[in-house]
Amino acid sequence: MLSMKSVKEKPTYTIAVTGLNAIDSPGPGVPVIRALRDATSFNVRIIGLSYESLEPGIYMHDLVDKVYQVPYPAAGTQVMYERFEYINNIENIDFLFPNFDAELFNFIKLEERLKKELNIHMLIPTMEQFEARNKTNLYEYGKKHGIKVPFAKMIYAAHEIPPLVAEFGFPLVIKGKFYDAKIAYTAEQAMQHFNKISAQWGLPIIIQEFIHGTEVNVCGVSDGKGKLMGAVPMRKLYITDKGKAWAGVTISDKKLIDMTQKLVKETKWNGPFELEVMKTADDEYYLIEINPRFPAWCYLPVGAGQNQVESTVNLVMKNNPVYFTKYEVGKMFIRYSYDLIVNMNEFEQISTFGEL
Amino acid sequence: MKLKKDLAISDSGFLFNPSSGDSFSLNPIGVEIFKLLQKGESDDAIITLLLNDYAVDKNTIDKDLNDFKIMLTNHKLINA
Repeated sequence: MLSMKSVKEKPTYTIAVTGLNAIDSPGPGVPVIRALRDATSFNVRIIGLSYESLEPGIYMHDLVDKVYQVPYPAAGTQVMYERFEYINNIENIDFLFPNFDAELFNFIKLEERLKKELNIHMLIPTMEQFEARNKTNLYEYGKKHGIKVPFAKMIYAAHEIPPLVAEFGFPLVIKGKFYDAKIAYTAEQAMQHFNKISAQWGLPIIIQEFIHGTEVNVCGVSDGKGKLMGAVPMRKLYITDKGKAWAGVTISDKKLIDMTQKLVKETKWNGPFELEVMKTADDEYYLIEINPRFPAWCYLPVGAGQNQVESTVNLVMKNNPVYFTKYEVGKMFIRYSYDLIVNMNEFEQISTFGEL
Repeated sequence: MKLKKDLAISDSGFLFNPSSGDSFSLNPIGVEIFKLLQKGESDDAIITLLLNDYAVDKNTIDKDLNDFKIMLTNHKLINA
């Protein structure tokens, strides 16, 4: 006898991803794409978005279906919108993963327009959330939400350092507004770091209390309604001279997960994030930084049983998103670099036409 | 003295602390002592068991056990 069973077909989404670079501080684009390729609840066509012609993700044809160059964030939202309009006319993008802190401002500004006019969806923090977790505001942010953050002050001139030394003692941390952090053990070092970082990243500079301990990080995603969709804590096992993880392991840390849950509930964080946390010898947790996007190690949670990238897409596309509560402890990632061999005509194509 | 309860050790002597991500390599006697500590055996019981199995005097075992426990404490494998 003939029988028929209704089988729901998997949807196919066209997903655009930035952050295809992979220097020793790699972008999260390639790991986000790997997670998307591993998704079991949908099929995917990947559109890579690059800023420069030497971003390796451009040439990874087994991961990326088509690549378009996009203008630098400094070009402004209108130029960016017009480029997306062009790309969308060809590709019909369903979802977009911005993976750089520096581009998020523009994407937050464009979010409604991209959604309404081009039907491109994202899951990103609101402007208020994005600004509040900014390094320059983090101390106040922690105070507001009952989370410990190292004491910090913003300064605009080197002569403001000596009075702070009396307040903080040594060592202390000198941080750039967007990037870079150095530890100073003497007043001379503090001045040097101030000059170097301010020359590269501008003012203000953040002077922060140094917390002794072990750095632990959390990769997570939240639904914007105060509920955590997934969170995996990781301890770095091997770091580069820039402090980036080159190997890491998932750890069991209930206190850290509780802190993450509290933060998400309090702030109603929307979208992916990475928490950088310092755990002291007395088991105190200090929030060092919130990155408003998936980190470059976001494929480790996939290996540990949480495809947070897949859930992010499913939440927005209303495709039965999974809210993860478990993950495998003791799962490791070990990063490596790999020399792609690329034909000059491909480099020519992306450099000249902005598409590959 | 109580070991942290979620520590995992393999027969080869690989010890993993899931709350810190630290891992260690223990020699066969280290594994034996660790497993006895995990079972909650007292120092006296451990010393008696080791005296039966190895040609060694009580003072040496006493000292080695003490050193081993100091190492466990330093690596935060003991409940505070």
